[in-house]
Amino acid sequence: MELSTSILLTIALAPLVGCVLAGFLGRFLGRAGSHTVTLLGVAISCALSFYVLYQLALGGAVAYNHNLYTWFQIGHFHASVGFMVDRLTAMMLVVVSFVSLLVHLYTIGYMRDDPGYTRFFSYISLFTFSMFMLVMSNNFLQLFFGWEAVGLVSYLLIGFWYKKPSAIFANLKAFLVNRVGDFGFLLGIAAVLYFLGTLDYATAFSAAPSLVGKTLQIAAGTHWDAATVICVLLFIGAMGKSAQVPLHVWLPDSMEGPTPISALIHAATMVTAGIFMVARMSPLFELSQSALSFIMVIGATTALFTGMVGIVQNDIKRVIAYSTLSQLGYMTVALGVSAYSGAVYHLMTHAFFKALLFLGAGSVIIAMHHEQDMRYMGGLRKYMPITWITMWIGSLALCGVPFFSGFYSKDAIIEAAGLSHRWGASYAYFCVMAGALVTGLYTFRQMYLTFHGKERFTVVASHGHDGHDDHGHHEPGVLAHAPKESPWVVTVPLVLLAIPSLLIGYLTVGPMLFGNWFGSAIHVNAANNVLAEMGKEFHGPLSMALHGLSPFGPFGLVLLAFAIQTYIYLFNPAMAGKIKSALKPLWTVLDRKYWFDDIYFAVFARGGVKLGRGLWKVGDAAMIDGAMVNGSVSLVHRVAAGTRRLQSGYLYHYAFAMILGLILLLGGYWLVGQ
Amino acid sequence: MISLSHYIVLGAVLFCIAVAGLFINRKNVIVLLMSIELMLLAVNTNFVAFSRFLGDVSGQVFVFFILTVAAAEAAIGLAILVLLFRNRSTINVADIDSMKG
Amino acid sequence: MNPQLFQLICFYAFGFVTVAAALAVITLRNTVHAVLALVLTFFSTACLWMLAEAEFLALALIVVYVGAVMVLFLFVVMMLDIDQEKMREGFVKFLPVGLVVAVVMLVEMLGLIGVRAMHAQLMGADPAAVAGLSNTAWLGMALYTKYLLPFEVAALILTVGVVAAVALTLRQRVASRYASASEQVKVKPGDRVRIVKMAATLPVEESPVPQQESKS
Repeated sequence: MELSTSILLTIALAPLVGCVLAGFLGRFLGRAGSHTVTLLGVAISCALSFYVLYQLALGGAVAYNHNLYTWFQIGHFHASVGFMVDRLTAMMLVVVSFVSLLVHLYTIGYMRDDPGYTRFFSYISLFTFSMFMLVMSNNFLQLFFGWEAVGLVSYLLIGFWYKKPSAIFANLKAFLVNRVGDFGFLLGIAAVLYFLGTLDYATAFSAAPSLVGKTLQIAAGTHWDAATVICVLLFIGAMGKSAQVPLHVWLPDSMEGPTPISALIHAATMVTAGIFMVARMSPLFELSQSALSFIMVIGATTALFTGMVGIVQNDIKRVIAYSTLSQLGYMTVALGVSAYSGAVYHLMTHAFFKALLFLGAGSVIIAMHHEQDMRYMGGLRKYMPITWITMWIGSLALCGVPFFSGFYSKDAIIEAAGLSHRWGASYAYFCVMAGALVTGLYTFRQMYLTFHGKERFTVVASHGHDGHDDHGHHEPGVLAHAPKESPWVVTVPLVLLAIPSLLIGYLTVGPMLFGNWFGSAIHVNAANNVLAEMGKEFHGPLSMALHGLSPFGPFGLVLLAFAIQTYIYLFNPAMAGKIKSALKPLWTVLDRKYWFDDIYFAVFARGGVKLGRGLWKVGDAAMIDGAMVNGSVSLVHRVAAGTRRLQSGYLYHYAFAMILGLILLLGGYWLVGQ
Repeated sequence: MISLSHYIVLGAVLFCIAVAGLFINRKNVIVLLMSIELMLLAVNTNFVAFSRFLGDVSGQVFVFFILTVAAAEAAIGLAILVLLFRNRSTINVADIDSMKG
Repeated sequence: MNPQLFQLICFYAFGFVTVAAALAVITLRNTVHAVLALVLTFFSTACLWMLAEAEFLALALIVVYVGAVMVLFLFVVMMLDIDQEKMREGFVKFLPVGLVVAVVMLVEMLGLIGVRAMHAQLMGADPAAVAGLSNTAWLGMALYTKYLLPFEVAALILTVGVVAAVALTLRQRVASRYASASEQVKVKPGDRVRIVKMAATLPVEESPVPQQESKS
């Protein structure tokens, strides 16, 4: 049985219809109309995605791979629009549509008073459509289309509040950093076309083994392994989109966008596009051990070091943003050790609990009247119990506490890194292990600062009339009225996301991680298959969780982090300041985020301005204007002035010139003739 | 025995005399015109000699045409000269420099 | 005497006259004398052509050139009132330059020709005689068959030359008066005389009222 083309088309196009209706006719539809059409579009997609997943997982449907439409044709090269839907795609579809649906719902509450309400719904529907195109693509070019489209929507949404200078700066930064990655990605696609002659996934992957032994001469005398070049270039694209060091700088700044966007795009779905892409191209990546080592090292570095920055952040969203970076690093490590299923599995669990954390943070932000600084929070648990409980579920899942969904994926990654024999695997293992401690540190700090301890804000009843009018210009820590639990459109998504955060790992770890659930969608060489090795030890999710409770593993580190943070923030709040001053140099390094931003600013931004100014002054003003435009004119002028003097008007001068020419001609002939 | 080179050398000498005439009489348009006639004569002499030497009639036909064109040229040149003298009261080439760039 | 030797002597004689006359053309002070020297040059050249058995062209040169073109030159030179002395300005000054240029050119030409190599190239038999024709017939055969079109064009060029010469020198004097016979014949009395009827006497009336002063 095969999947129905019309169902797949409906999945992809329903959000687009919603986007167009809300975007162009939003004024006529009104607010309620706009969110209804977009919500309806995504709901249809979500329902059909579940149906497709059911068909593929239990209904016995075979993977779908057809070209639907010829985009364009150049010579023998056909660019098609087509769908490849297997279990990997179906899983992504479900994750994307489910989180997107909840975010749509949540947005109704979160953006209630925003003037750009219909525009916002249009954008997120467009994002959903783009993401579907990305994951459902059956060729590299359509993948690139989706890749760029989600980048565009990300740009639009980070700068959603376009009157805020910091938002404009952040979206420009995200756009430019992503261009760096996209450049590599595009080169990678070109290399695929060059070596394999096709951009179709199925054809390219079946031809992939022919890459072995081929080399590419980039500089004279150097021979680069073709597979390595392709994989590294493609991974550079993933580094930009999935915010891996050193292209990670845009993600924390993207928190300038509205919180639902942070949840949907910059945590749950778009940033995982790079992970998905590498997993999808596993047949290519399996050919190059060096590229996988590179991926692993980058991922491990991201996992540990960006997580450490999260410990010192005070903005509640930025903590989660750095946690996202760190978790993306985990996924990348999993890719690097050939545990693609582990990466995708973590992608899925992470999508749920990270969306939950972001939406929970958004809920807190609503309650705090758009105050995001955790230093002015504290003790919120009694005001907003639903948010508090769901956030704890998300946090425990993030830390990888056994039985929570995050545990299964994260523990599998740590174990896979430990088992891998690839170059750099021990570094990666150290990083992901230390990362577990770091995760615990920032997560518990955030939870304690936000929900526990003393209230560090004051409620001044006379301060304002409505909390939503005055965000942005009130003094920090002063609220117009007491925080209260958010409306149902906000809490329902929290609860709906808390359920998979809690359970999905337990339910799916067996088939997805150790069973052959992904089938041919993911290809792993037998020699690299660390998950299969782990699978021998696997005796069901319950025993895995019980085994994970051992204190001599990641869980022990999480317990340690829990103990430290509990002591500091619940019993001895003065400790935090003392530790900070004791470790001043380290704190400075983390607070400055390893000076990445400063270096980029000094080198690329200033350098770019200097280069541009230099090109303008030297290249344009001096060379083109001065030498070429005015220079040629003045040259003509001078030559003309010179030749004008030759035109004396006297006949005998002309005659003399002719005779001189004749003499020279004769002399020349004579000399040649000799 | 008259050889080809007799005529050719004579032609060369005539031509060079005409060139020298162009130089030393650089003011008198009439002498300049006459120098040009001399040059044509030198060329014609060469044509005649080669025609005879090669037994080809084309050389003499060419001389015929050159004579024709030279006659027309002389007529128009002298007409211009007359016109020039009438308008400027001089045939001094040094005075005619309105073509100056 | 050996006819060939005689021809050689004739060649040298005419050649010498030609060169001498040519030198006279460019050096003589009086332009009229220069034109006469040019006539001599043409004449002796015609004799040299005669030696080369190009009789038609030799005669054409004398008749057409000496008879028409040179006379035209003479006519123009005599008609124009030329300041001879002024024309001689710079003669001495440019003499060395002219000589150097002429000598250099001559040396180059002779070098290029290769006089010695060509000295062996003797004139062959008269091609017209070989064809059994006179020179004029020989030339005419070619001219009126193979070169007919160029011949017609040459005629056209001559016509254009004549028209151009006339057009250039024709002067319409605005001030000059002349009688047009046709207009004189066509004239009618009305064109010349206007008859005006007049009263025999014109009474002078005295104005009874004096003109008002203030009118003016």
